[in-house]
Amino acid sequence: MKTRYSFGGDEHIFVECDEEMSLEAFFKSLSITTAVKEAKIRGVTEICPANASFQIKFNPDVIAPDAMLKELQAIEATAAKAPSTIRTRIIEIPVFYNDPWTHETLMRFRERHQGPTSTDIEYTARINNLDGVDGFIKAHSGAPWFVSMVGFVAGLPFLYQMVDRKRQIQSPKYLRPRTDTPRLTVGHGGCFGCIYSVRGAGGYQMFGITPMPIYDPNQKIKYLQDFMCLFRPGDIVRWKPINRDEYDATVADVDAGRFAPVMRDVTFSLDEFKADMDGYNAKLMGALK
Amino acid sequence: MSIRIISPGLSTTVQDLGRPGYYHIGIPLSGAMDRLAARAANLLVGNPEEAALLEVVFMGPEIEFLQDATVAVTGAELPPKVNGEEKATWTSLAVKKGDVLSFAFLKKGARAYIAISGGIDVPVVLGSRSTYTLGALGGFEGRKLASGDVLPVGAGRGAAEGRTVAGELRRSPGAPAELRMLPGLYWHRITEAAGRQFLEDTWKVAPEADRIGYRFKGGKPLEFVPREPPFGAGSDPSNIVDACYPYGSIQVPSGTEPIVLHRDAVSGGGYFMVGAVISADMDLIGQLQPHTPARFVEVTMEQALLARNDRARLIDRIRQALA
Repeated sequence: MKTRYSFGGDEHIFVECDEEMSLEAFFKSLSITTAVKEAKIRGVTEICPANASFQIKFNPDVIAPDAMLKELQAIEATAAKAPSTIRTRIIEIPVFYNDPWTHETLMRFRERHQGPTSTDIEYTARINNLDGVDGFIKAHSGAPWFVSMVGFVAGLPFLYQMVDRKRQIQSPKYLRPRTDTPRLTVGHGGCFGCIYSVRGAGGYQMFGITPMPIYDPNQKIKYLQDFMCLFRPGDIVRWKPINRDEYDATVADVDAGRFAPVMRDVTFSLDEFKADMDGYNAKLMGALK
Repeated sequence: MSIRIISPGLSTTVQDLGRPGYYHIGIPLSGAMDRLAARAANLLVGNPEEAALLEVVFMGPEIEFLQDATVAVTGAELPPKVNGEEKATWTSLAVKKGDVLSFAFLKKGARAYIAISGGIDVPVVLGSRSTYTLGALGGFEGRKLASGDVLPVGAGRGAAEGRTVAGELRRSPGAPAELRMLPGLYWHRITEAAGRQFLEDTWKVAPEADRIGYRFKGGKPLEFVPREPPFGAGSDPSNIVDACYPYGSIQVPSGTEPIVLHRDAVSGGGYFMVGAVISADMDLIGQLQPHTPARFVEVTMEQALLARNDRARLIDRIRQALA
């Protein structure tokens, strides 16, 4: 894992922790960005961890680009030794897989898809050797996912499946991006899952929809009153498959202000996870019971 | 104190100097695309530079003043009219209660800024009044203005009529527009020949050009250095493991049409970038109309910082002229 630094114009430093995605690369990004935050360097205006990289925006009138670079390299040298343990949250996200709304949308954009004769779930199940829609849902919801980046648009989480690389679901992005995606669509592109926080353009496969809002600019929803975006990098997500009746009931609960997300504080250790992934995941998901 | 929108124009939004600090969760900076023009408009009417104003794209709105005020229109050459009588741009104008501000056709540039003494007084959201339409956040109800909207305006006496910003203190893109850029980020993904070609080609602004980003077309497709796709990146040679995008960064999906991200940037994604337009030239992009020819000009970090200083000095001269 070799760190690569590059300036993005005169106001950004872009740091690639690794060219390929892994939980190790994400933890490196998270530990360095946490250390940068704690260092309170004058002139730093944005600290953005991403999947296997991160970006610092700075004001070059306050700190010269080369001085900024040196600060980051010094922090990298010490942060790399930090233990890979974080205190975080596990959040249960109900998902209505194969729902009528994403189905209507995916049919509308079928000519932009690499498998126009099947749905996004059927296509992804096939290329991942999963047993149809049911086999797909079992694989998708069977293990937790790590929020390895928040962004693209407001509050949208990128999610990384916490299983062996050979069991990770992979699926290409649409051949040409759609101009429409329903709000709260559960999507997937490359090895990453996501939840579309707002309605809009998108290129990820569409697998289902959650009734649980994750972004509320008006902050009317109770659990988004502290902050308008639910997710932070480092959160852990557990998908809970639900049917149409449960979906409708949850939507009604959200609208009536009765819905509270199921979430618990947990500690996550990368080393313990790697030693026994399935056992560790079972323990993590057990925290939600 | 307020104004009423009689007709909104094509896309008129409330903007200020932006909302830093939330890019890590996908909420972009937003704010005026042409910051120099926005600062000048506010200074002309006697507002703080960071006051909220209206950003107008291509076609002017029609606005009724519900009280006396001082206004100024800067940025694009979009001549204002008060009760039908044409007035100068980059100049403070006195308007009375009941007056109507409208506009002649656009002559040059793409975005005009309308500052009103007291500033547009919509609620501050996460430290800014700027509109981020994709996230329905800030500004007036998180959206572009519509007929019938009544916008609150802050208290403020307003500067005198007839103050003006001299021509040599204004900036507008040349023909072709020259956008200075610092190569980097994933520049190494394309061949040396493709890098030269990218800088030699004259591009044209595509119709898909908005506050999120400006797309350019007409140059030759970029040739990539062959590679084994890294895990998680995707199979297209232009894919990377989804990462954060710098403001001004130039991504080239599939190596064909560069997109320069602007004030409402999507904060990240999976396309490689060849570098970023320097901070001094971001204002100019906001004044490019579709079909305008443009070139990317390579600079060093040293040159980028000198250009940044030049722009800061220009704004200082505007401040002094209007002090």
